[in-house]
Amino acid sequence: MRRILNYLVARLLLTIPMLFVLLTLVFVVLRVMPGDPVSAMLGGHAPEKVIQEKKELLGLNKPIGAQYLDYMAQLARFDLGKSMILDEKVWQPIAGKLPATLELTVCGLIICLGIGIPLGVRAARRRRSGHDFGIRLYANVVYCIPVFWMGLMLQMLFGVFLDLFPISGRVGSRVISGEFDKTGFYILDTLMSGRFKSLLDVLYHLVLPAVTLGITLSGVFVRLTRANMLDVLKADFVLAGRARGVPERSVVYKHALKNALIPIVTMLGLQFSALLAGAILTETTFSWPGMGRLLLERIYLRDYPTIQGVVVVYALLVSLISLIVDIVYAVIDPRVKL
Amino acid sequence: MDTTRLGPEPQAAKFSPSAGLAKLLGRFSAAARRYRMEWWILIAGILVISLIVFMTLFPRIFTTFSPLDQNAGAQLAKPSLAHLMGVDNLGRDVGARMVYGARTILGVAIAASLLSALIGIPLGLISGFAGNWLDKVLSLVMDSVYSFPGLILAIAFAAMLGPGVINITLAVSVVYIPTYFRLVRGQTLSIKEELYVEAARAIGARRSVILAKYIFPNVIATVVVVFSLNIADAIMTEAALSYIGLGLPAGIPDWGMDLSMGKKFLPSGVWWMITYPGLMIMMLALGFTMLGEGLSEILNPRLQEY
Amino acid sequence: MAEESYEPILEISDLSIAYPIAIGTVRAVEGITLTVRKGEVLGIVGESGCGKSTLGLSVLKLMKPPGRITSGSIRYKGVDILGMDEASLLDLRGRNIAMIFQNPLTSLDPLVTVEEHFIEAIQVHESDVSRKDCVARAASILGDLGIETRRLSEYPYQLSGGMRQRIMIGLALILHPDLILADEPTTALDVIVEAGFTELLMKLKRQYNLTVVLISHNLGLVAEMADRIAVMYGGRIAELASVQDIFAKPLHPYTRGLMDCVPNILLDQKELTAMPGSPPDLVNAAPGCPFAPRCPKVMDVCRGATPILEDMGGGRSVACWLYERKA
Repeated sequence: MRRILNYLVARLLLTIPMLFVLLTLVFVVLRVMPGDPVSAMLGGHAPEKVIQEKKELLGLNKPIGAQYLDYMAQLARFDLGKSMILDEKVWQPIAGKLPATLELTVCGLIICLGIGIPLGVRAARRRRSGHDFGIRLYANVVYCIPVFWMGLMLQMLFGVFLDLFPISGRVGSRVISGEFDKTGFYILDTLMSGRFKSLLDVLYHLVLPAVTLGITLSGVFVRLTRANMLDVLKADFVLAGRARGVPERSVVYKHALKNALIPIVTMLGLQFSALLAGAILTETTFSWPGMGRLLLERIYLRDYPTIQGVVVVYALLVSLISLIVDIVYAVIDPRVKL
Repeated sequence: MDTTRLGPEPQAAKFSPSAGLAKLLGRFSAAARRYRMEWWILIAGILVISLIVFMTLFPRIFTTFSPLDQNAGAQLAKPSLAHLMGVDNLGRDVGARMVYGARTILGVAIAASLLSALIGIPLGLISGFAGNWLDKVLSLVMDSVYSFPGLILAIAFAAMLGPGVINITLAVSVVYIPTYFRLVRGQTLSIKEELYVEAARAIGARRSVILAKYIFPNVIATVVVVFSLNIADAIMTEAALSYIGLGLPAGIPDWGMDLSMGKKFLPSGVWWMITYPGLMIMMLALGFTMLGEGLSEILNPRLQEY
Repeated sequence: MAEESYEPILEISDLSIAYPIAIGTVRAVEGITLTVRKGEVLGIVGESGCGKSTLGLSVLKLMKPPGRITSGSIRYKGVDILGMDEASLLDLRGRNIAMIFQNPLTSLDPLVTVEEHFIEAIQVHESDVSRKDCVARAASILGDLGIETRRLSEYPYQLSGGMRQRIMIGLALILHPDLILADEPTTALDVIVEAGFTELLMKLKRQYNLTVVLISHNLGLVAEMADRIAVMYGGRIAELASVQDIFAKPLHPYTRGLMDCVPNILLDQKELTAMPGSPPDLVNAAPGCPFAPRCPKVMDVCRGATPILEDMGGGRSVACWLYERKA
C-alpha cells in the first residue's frame, strides 16, 4: 500500500507541470487574444470612461505579467472569482452542472467500452472474415458521424417518431426536484433515497444522450481492441497455453484480452477527453444541464470569469483523470515498478 | 582527412526524389494489380472527395437554386420533385444549401489542416532532432495540449476571436498542431538513431542537410496519411463549432449551422432539415478517412498476417 | 547392428501440411512418414524453413491458420489424432503429449504468477483438484527443476531466462505426459544455460520415463541428446538414422553438407565451408528432389522425379537417388 502511495505522489508531481501548462494556456487564450472583453460586454457604444472604469475594476489594465501572477495566485487559493454578469461566484453554477456532465460522460464511456471491446475481440478472432470487415467498417463509419447529428437522428427516431425515450433534460417534469440534492449524481441520489420510480425516470433520460456519446466514440475502441488483440494472439504464451490444453475461450478472454486491455487503459485518459468534448455537443442537443451548456451560455453572455472558470475546471478534470489512469495502470500491470 | 575521394554518401542514392517516386508508384500498381481491399477503399475515398470538390467548383450543375434565396419555395415544405431535399424554415432550398455549403466546410478544414501542418511539422522536426531542453519543454507543452479536449480549445479560441472564416480556421488549426508535432517528432527520433544517419554525420554532413535529405523524406509518407485523416477530423470540428453557433456569420451557408437551425423544428416532425446536412458532413469526413486509410495500407503495408 | 524391437508411441504417416496464402500455397511439409519410438530421443534437424517446426506443431494441431493438414495421419499409441474431437484434443494436449517452445521470455503470460500457470495447467485437465493441491504439486516439481518454491508467487518478469525455461519444462511435465515435443528449446538461451538445460532434460527424461522429440537447427545439441536423427529438407525427410551413423557416415549429400558446414576445431581450416544456393521455394516447388539445385552429386533423374525415403537396413533410411535400389 505504501508503495502505491509513493507512486501516487511521484505521479502527482509529474501532473503539476502539465496542469501548469494548461492553466497558462487558458490564460493566454482568454486574456491575451485580441478582442476586448469589456467593451463587448458593455455593448459597442459604451462611453470610454465607463470602459476604463470597468477594466480597472477587473484588473485588466495591469501589465500582462502582473495579471498572470494574479491569476495564478487566485487559482492557488482555489478561488475561481466572481461572475461578471450575474451576481454569483463562479464555482456555484459549475458545482451544480459538473455532476450532470460527469454522469453523462461516465455512462457514455461505459456504453462505449461495452460496444467497442467485444466487437474488437470478435473482429480479432475472426480476422479477414466477413465479421472482421463489417466491424472495421462500422468503426470507421461511426467515427465520421458527428456526435450532434447522431443525437438528432436518435432523437428523431426514438423520441419523435417512435416516442420511446425523452429527448431533453435529466428528469421529467412530474418528478419532485427536492430529492436530487445530495450528490448531484442523479443515479446515486435516487438510489440512496430508494426512489426507484425516479431512478427509472433518470435512466430513461440518460439513455439517448449516453447512447449517442457511446456509439460515436466506440469506433476508436473497436480499432484499438482489435489491433491489440491481434498482437497478443500472436504471442508465444498464447500458443503455449493452447499446447497445455487450455480451451480457446479461456485463452482469448482470460489471457489474451487481459494483456490487450493494458495498452487500452493507457489510452483511456485521451478518450475521456474526447468524451468530454462530445459531451458538450450532446448537452446542447439534448438540453442537458451540464458544463458544456454552461460554457456556451456564458460565452453568449460574455461572462469571461465564468468562461475561464469552466475551462480551468476542464483542465483540472483532465489532469485528474490522467493521474487516475496512470495509477490504475500501475496497479493492474505487475511489471510496473512501484 | 581528404574526403573528396570517398565518393557519394552511402544511402543518398536510395533517398533521391526520383527513386522515391518510383518506389511509390510501384506500391500503387502492386496494390492495384491485386485489387486488394485497400485499393478499393482508396478509390472510394477519392471518388467521394472528387464528387464534393466538383460540387464546390461547379455548383450550378447540381442545383438551380441559390442557398440564400428565401423565396425558393414554401417554408418547411417536405422533399418533393421540385425540391429534392425539401425547404427550410426560411424558404431556402435545402439541396442548394448542401451544395454551396461544401465550399465553406472543405475550405476551412483544408486550410486549418495546412496551417497546423505548417506549424507542427517544423516544430516536431526541430524538437526531435535537437533533443535538448527545447525538446523537453516543447514536448511538455504539446503533450498537455494534446491531452486536453480539442473541441474545448477550439471553442475558447473561436469565442475570443469572434465569428469569421479566418477566425474559425485559426481556431480549428490550433487543435491539431500537437498532432503533427508528436507524429513528426516521434519519427524524427527513431530515424535519428538509424545507422545511415550516423554515417552521414560521421562524414561531416551539416545538420540541415541531414534533416532535409534523410529525415524529411522518410517522414513524408506518414504525414500524408495523417494529413488526410486530419482533414476529416477538422471537418467534424468545424461542423461542431458552427453547430454551437461560434462559426460563421449567418450569410454563409454552412452544414453545421443548418443542423442547429433544423433542431428546433424536429419535434414537429421536420426531418429533412437535419438529415441531409449531417449526411453530407459524414460523407465528406468518410471520404477523407477512406483516402487516409487506403493510403496508409498502400504506403506502409503491414506485414502480411497469415 | 541388430535391430532391437521397439514400441511406437507416435506414428506419422504420409503427412502433408500446406499454408494457402495470397501468393500461392506454401507446401511446408510433404509426405512425411516417421515413427517415434517409446523411450527414445528423436532429433529433427534442418535449416530454417524446412518444415520441422510446422511438423512439431501439427502433432497437437497447433498450426497457425491458414495452415492445414492436407493428407496423412498422426497416431498416438494407435489413436488417430487428426480425427479427434475438440474435447479429446484438449485432453491430449498437456496430459499425454506436451510441448515446450523456443522463447521462454514470451512463453509465459506476463500478468499471471508462476503458481497460477501451474494451477491452470492442472485444473483444465483435472478440474476437481483444489488450488492448494495444485500448488503442492507445482512445488514438488520445482524441486526437481532446481527452483526455489518462493518463485511460485512471482511474475515471469522477475525470473531469469534459464529459470523461465525450466518453468516451461515443469508446466509440460506437471501432468506426467509420455511424449515431449521440444521446438528449439535452447535457441534463445546462452551456451552455459543451454548446457544446464540439456542436463536437466536428460535427467528428467530418465526420471519420468519420457520420450522426447527434439526439433532444432543446432547439430551440436542434437548430437548430445538424440538417439536417432531425422534430417529434413524442403518439407521432406532426407535421411533418418541413429546419431552415431549420421555423424560417422552421412549418406545424403545434404547431411554431408551440414556436417561440413560446422567448423572442426581439430582440422586446420582456412575457409568456412558453405552450401551454395538458397533454400527451396516451397510455393512453386520444382519437380524432383528439393535439394537438386544445390546438390554436388546431382544426376539427371534427381531433377525429374522425387526420391522416396527408403529403408537401407540397420535402422537407416535415405531419400536420395544415389541409393535408390529401384532406380
